[in-house]
Amino acid sequence: MSVSRRKFLGWMGAAGMGAAAGRSALAAGNKHFEGHPGSFGVLHDVTRCVGCRSCEAACNEVNGLQAPDRPFTDLNVLAEKRRTTVKAYTVVNKYDVPGKASPLFAKTQCNHCLEPACASACFVRAFQKTGTGAVTYDHSVCVGCRYCLIACPFDIPTYEYNEALTPRVMKCTLCYPRISKGQLPGCVEACPMEALTFGKREDLIKIARERMREYPGRYVDHIYGETEMGGTSWMYISSVPFSQVGMREDLGVTPAPQLTSGALAAVPIVAGLWPVLLMGIYAISKRKETIFQQELDSIREAAQSQRKEDV
Amino acid sequence: METIFFTYQDFYTHTKGVSYVLIVAALVGMAFFWSFLSGKDD
Amino acid sequence: MPAIAAEDAKRFFTLFNIVSATIIIVGIVITILRFTKGLGAVTHLSDDNPWGLWIGFDLLVGVALAAGGYVTSAAVYLFGMKKYHSAVRPAVLTGFLGYALVVLALNYDVGRPWRLPYPFIMQQGTTSVLFEVGACVALYLTVLFLEFVPAPLEWLGLKRVRQLVVKLTLALTVLGVLLSTLHQSSLGALFLLAPSKLHPLWYSPYLPVFFFVSSIVAGLSMVIFESTLSHRYFGHKMDATHLSEKESVTLGFGKAASLVLAGYFIIKIMGLAAGNNWHFLGTAYGYWFLLEVAGFIALPSFLYAVGVRNKDLALIKWTAAWTVIGIILNRLTVSLIAFNWQLPSPRRYFPHLMEIAISIFIVTLGIVVFRFIVTRMPILYEHPAYKDAK
Repeated sequence: MSVSRRKFLGWMGAAGMGAAAGRSALAAGNKHFEGHPGSFGVLHDVTRCVGCRSCEAACNEVNGLQAPDRPFTDLNVLAEKRRTTVKAYTVVNKYDVPGKASPLFAKTQCNHCLEPACASACFVRAFQKTGTGAVTYDHSVCVGCRYCLIACPFDIPTYEYNEALTPRVMKCTLCYPRISKGQLPGCVEACPMEALTFGKREDLIKIARERMREYPGRYVDHIYGETEMGGTSWMYISSVPFSQVGMREDLGVTPAPQLTSGALAAVPIVAGLWPVLLMGIYAISKRKETIFQQELDSIREAAQSQRKEDV
Repeated sequence: METIFFTYQDFYTHTKGVSYVLIVAALVGMAFFWSFLSGKDD
Repeated sequence: MPAIAAEDAKRFFTLFNIVSATIIIVGIVITILRFTKGLGAVTHLSDDNPWGLWIGFDLLVGVALAAGGYVTSAAVYLFGMKKYHSAVRPAVLTGFLGYALVVLALNYDVGRPWRLPYPFIMQQGTTSVLFEVGACVALYLTVLFLEFVPAPLEWLGLKRVRQLVVKLTLALTVLGVLLSTLHQSSLGALFLLAPSKLHPLWYSPYLPVFFFVSSIVAGLSMVIFESTLSHRYFGHKMDATHLSEKESVTLGFGKAASLVLAGYFIIKIMGLAAGNNWHFLGTAYGYWFLLEVAGFIALPSFLYAVGVRNKDLALIKWTAAWTVIGIILNRLTVSLIAFNWQLPSPRRYFPHLMEIAISIFIVTLGIVVFRFIVTRMPILYEHPAYKDAK
């Protein structure tokens, strides 16, 4: 396979990992968060995918996953929509789009969000958004509560329900060990159509825009993942609306941590004020009772002295 | 100089961690303060 | 001797004992299956539906219905309503057993239950609502235990220890209300993280408030409900104070429940307005929402009020049972019915028979232990040696 311009760009991005990253003027002050500078991502050009499933096969091999129920060469599986499973970190689906002569294909896997919902959800910090851009999972601390499965808006993580004692959450790792060594993720390297481009996230956005300029009318004017859920490291460009190729367009741009940070912010305030309120109520009710007792006593005394007088 | 955080996730992990520690301190402190406040009651 | 043995046998083999023993044996078998074959073998949990009956019912419903502990303690010890004093110990017992069983159910549900202490001893996921739920539930279980422990201490005659623990009552009550406010609301806040999965009629920034307010309703109603059942089955254990205070507890708690339900109704409507979700009311989920709000919030609020006005104890008791059903429906709706509402039917969840069996097993354990404690320890009566009992 000859080296394509796009793949080369991807490798250059990987090699340039140590290069000084330009930091946004807004980064200081901890009020605005743009993610780790110079982190990587993948751009998936849906118009180039032909549904060959080479990426699925490569992923399975690179990660040592279980053998699939049907071989990767069996393209009949595309007749049904599939989601990720414990055996498959990534799946390709076929989409028959009205107005298009041939079907479209799109690959789905963990989007390595800039603000991952899974990391926000995890009560043992098993998920980590690394400087490389990959969202990693540490199975050595995972308790198996599966809140991450609830949280992921893209329905990506899976769970080993059939493991009795060592069940793990399973999801794409962006080939973290490989990209840390300057290699490409398995799927990106395997794709024969250059539908996947690996590089720095900011570069991928530029590449996507350039491609849209180069081929006017071919693409929908939006990079999916640029802002969705606060931005993802895996982004997509498509010739048809994204909802027609299996991607939800109703997720909004709010990053996951901000969905619960408001409710959590109330916790210290309640903890600080409830004791004051409750002890105040106690003091008031105790005072009322004391006054009631005093009045009762003074009435009794008055009645007694009245009786003494009568006698 | 304060640490720079690159993500909300990291920022919140830090700030909320500090909050939890403060909550425990506040509750213990309140217990003693209440005792002090109602000290000379019969 | 044969005659006495036959008597004992007849006393032991009651219908309740036979049925509960069967349930317990089945439960033990399924427990073994769960830990040898994995969750997949005994549940219908899936990647699409990671939380099922054990979370929706055992955890969410369990915690809501155990709320009587903090509500009753607050009423008696903070608001000074001494006439409800006899209701405290039964409510605390129900609360303690409820939370203990929630923790038991959690050991079935999570993948590696022996790692449950990890968030406290290994790494703290402080951004997680679940972290806060876990911390509060763990602490509150301790509080409930300490509030409950005077009863067995009296039973065992450990006077000095009992004196010591009773001194903590006020602090425990305040801590109990604080911790309950936090975790009852946080169980609702869990779902804030999944706006794309929970139906808009139930997804609201007010979810934590809804869960907290409805927990008060649940607590008040459960005290009435449990008191009704205790009278029926353990009435012979009750002392004069308990029996005489019962009517005032029923009326007082019924009145409070009516009021809080009215408030709950109002804020549920406010939630509709805040989300601008009126157009959903005409859909199937809309009818379910209306059933919940009209049938299980507005209606019991009204019925409780009628019962209180007319001193109709029977109406209040039936309304309490009806309200409890409403709380169960609400928790199951948020976690299972309105959750994943957009998924196609083949990907939706319904509990496995064995999940249902374990839930029944856990509830049965609770009832059996409740009976054991209530028939031996001073819960429904005051121990003669501690007539000053708090």
